[in-house]
Amino acid sequence: MRYPLNVTVNGLRASADVEPHRSLLSVLREEIGLTGPKEGCDDSECGACMVLLDGEPVNACSYLALQTDGRAVTTVEGVAPADGLHPIQRELLAAGGVQCGFCTPGIVMSAKALLDRNPDCDEDDVRHALAGNLCRCTGYQKIIAAVLRAARQPEHGPADRP
Amino acid sequence: MSRYFAPGNAAEAAELLRTTPGARVVAGGTDLVVAARGGKHPLPEVLVALHRVPELARVRETEAGIILGALTTHTWVERSGLVRSRWSALADAAAMIGSPATRSTGTIGGNLMNASPAMDLGSPLLVLDATVELRRTGGTRALTVAELLAGPGRTTAAPDELLSSVRIPAPVPGTGSAYIRLEHRRAMEIAIVGAAAALRFDSRGEIVAARLALTAAAPVCLRVPAAEAGLLGRRLDAEALAAAGRAAVAAVRPISDVRASADYRRAMTAVVVARALTLAARRAAAGSSVPGPDHPPTATGSVQ
Repeated sequence: MRYPLNVTVNGLRASADVEPHRSLLSVLREEIGLTGPKEGCDDSECGACMVLLDGEPVNACSYLALQTDGRAVTTVEGVAPADGLHPIQRELLAAGGVQCGFCTPGIVMSAKALLDRNPDCDEDDVRHALAGNLCRCTGYQKIIAAVLRAARQPEHGPADRP
Repeated sequence: MSRYFAPGNAAEAAELLRTTPGARVVAGGTDLVVAARGGKHPLPEVLVALHRVPELARVRETEAGIILGALTTHTWVERSGLVRSRWSALADAAAMIGSPATRSTGTIGGNLMNASPAMDLGSPLLVLDATVELRRTGGTRALTVAELLAGPGRTTAAPDELLSSVRIPAPVPGTGSAYIRLEHRRAMEIAIVGAAAALRFDSRGEIVAARLALTAAAPVCLRVPAAEAGLLGRRLDAEALAAAGRAAVAAVRPISDVRASADYRRAMTAVVVARALTLAARRAAAGSSVPGPDHPPTATGSVQ
């Protein structure tokens, strides 16, 4: 049996009819067409599927889509201004914090959740914020450096703070 | 065919549990849904999602203590200055659970009802004398956390009962509490073994109130009355720590699993007990404690 889902995704209203067991990730990718969030482990270990739900990080692979009804989801597609990149994305590119790129959308979302709440963060804060995101390429150092540099910039996205 | 309900109040949720065979509640889903993803067991055929029940997310502070709605998230607990200063052991535990995503999604009610012997909130709630309210159609009842927890994955709640809130009494002034766990890494971790302690001292530095509980050391999180009694009337010196450790080791019934052997858990029980008691005493002496929300104390010094 399917149930109606009405959810705001990246500021736009989206609707779908969804089975109870469907994950938020599968609905985002297959019904709404947003393939930024990735399926890695599919059980909340790797963080490749990370999105923000009402501003807080959530593993979309393990969150029931129907439980987002009436709420606001932000995916990596929703973080950049129309004409550029979010500072976290820019600094990840500049630092070499992206190699294969599969983990990057999730990393961006976890980092954004941190910077939105605590732009005055230190390295330990960044490591804790990214603890649920695996990267098998970079060794993390460049990612952490990039997030810290993004935090030092004044414009890391107050406009889309929850 | 699977069915889904998202009731708007607790009475309706309880009635669904009573009238719908096989119905299970889902709060954040960090255990229920993740277990299904990982292939442990399929999702229940009938889901009663609780996220639309505002009364279950309410936090009430009273003279007598604090009442946390079942949907209170680990993130809320770890960020609460009030919880960090008055019920520090609970804030320690909430800050250690999983990742930021686990904590923003997972709830205190779900953590208890999932009833893992390794749950981080169990021992802190035991030493803080917490009670839970179970609600069913036609009434509620209050249980201590020890009365609720029945075994790995098992509680004494009936299938038609809903855990609605957790009540934690205000600590007697001068009480310090702490939760410590042994872990292989600082995040995305499950306790190898853990201990929570709450202590209060008199003006001569002798212990007048003691609570000690263990995590991942038995089929349920459990208090150690023998260790508590042995601490009363003495200073927390090396001898007292060793005696508490011995009493704790005598009380454990650990298992061997992928994280550690039973022998290792038994040996490390004394270590986490000493660390938890020491930190609780330090906080009692300081009058309060404010561990930063993102820096839970850890038993290991390793970094990610």
